Amino acid sequence: MSKSSIFTNGIFKENPIFVQLLGMCPTLGVTSSAINGIGMGLATTFVLLMSNIVIALVSNFIPDKIRIPGFIVIIAGFVTIVDMSMAAYLPSLHASLGLYIPLIVVNCIVLGRAEAFASKNSVGVSALDGLGMGLGFTLALTILGTVRELLGSGKIFNLPIYNEEYKLLIFVLAPGAFIALGYLIAIVNKLKKAS
Amino acid sequence: MGYIIIFISAIFVNNVVLAQFLGICPFLGVSKKVSTAIGMTGAVTFVMILATIVTYIVQTSILTPLNIEFMQTITFILIIAALVQMVEIILKKISPPLYQALGVFLPLITTNCVVLGVAILVIQKSYTLLSSVVYTGATALGFGLALIIFAGIREHLDLIKIPKGMKGAPIALVTAGLLAMAFMGFSGIV
Repeated sequence: MSKSSIFTNGIFKENPIFVQLLGMCPTLGVTSSAINGIGMGLATTFVLLMSNIVIALVSNFIPDKIRIPGFIVIIAGFVTIVDMSMAAYLPSLHASLGLYIPLIVVNCIVLGRAEAFASKNSVGVSALDGLGMGLGFTLALTILGTVRELLGSGKIFNLPIYNEEYKLLIFVLAPGAFIALGYLIAIVNKLKKAS
Repeated sequence: MGYIIIFISAIFVNNVVLAQFLGICPFLGVSKKVSTAIGMTGAVTFVMILATIVTYIVQTSILTPLNIEFMQTITFILIIAALVQMVEIILKKISPPLYQALGVFLPLITTNCVVLGVAILVIQKSYTLLSSVVYTGATALGFGLALIIFAGIREHLDLIKIPKGMKGAPIALVTAGLLAMAFMGFSGIV
């Protein structure tokens, strides 16, 4: 596989959310607005990129039997870095993402890429893979956040698009998250078949 | 009285899957048959209560006195991973039938965000140890309730004609949305 295809793989062909259906909890939990979606996506991208790099570097030294706990400690370390720097520099975003920041540790995408890709490949391609998967995750979260914000509060990135009286409040609440994601996946499936 | 309110609100009003979006992966992945949903619920309840007790004690007796609360995420996930391994080994030794029933679900629980999420939540809400256990037990039951209802619906979904593009994940998500809407009806009872 060429380097560019490793990178784009995570964004389109094996998009973690629309195709692999991994990491659903933050996807549904934080996307009540587009800006939350981007924030969560970029935080996860950072963790994915850094943990992929470090795991690719050290995986030869970790005994096979304790590799999963080892990977988890590395990932948890980077999550703590993200958590603390966000609390310091972006306190309002940190407050609205809340519990989902520490929960990046148990996001299946991060451990999944560590186990399936970074532990078997060199540092360079692992970094590309982490970046691609992370951006694919960010893209999906932003699309879902935009759709929900537009339908649920009549705005995109806090810019009013139409009269708030016509908003469908259900899309910012819990049920709307499931329904919007369901239809988005159906649309992506259709597009994939067409191409 | 306080415990009853915590109990009811954790099961119905703030259902962990349908209102707080924790544990969606097993909710979508393991819920194709009612019997597997029940097995998963058993395993999750057991591990969650154990994990919350241990993490609560570690937080109050080690992390807070030493002022190293920033180690919370790393410590908790390690405790949970170790506990899951331990439960697996002990169950295998003392109760092979129970191990056969729950065994396949145990490794999945480490990366189930309900366990870590609830362990962090009870610290954030500054519950006492007893309220934490009640809250955790009720959350696990709420998780089980959502999982089992959803599995029941999905068993029927297999038999109905569904538009081609909606088959699989899309229809499951829309169904979950409708279920979440039904659970919104409970809001306001406590």
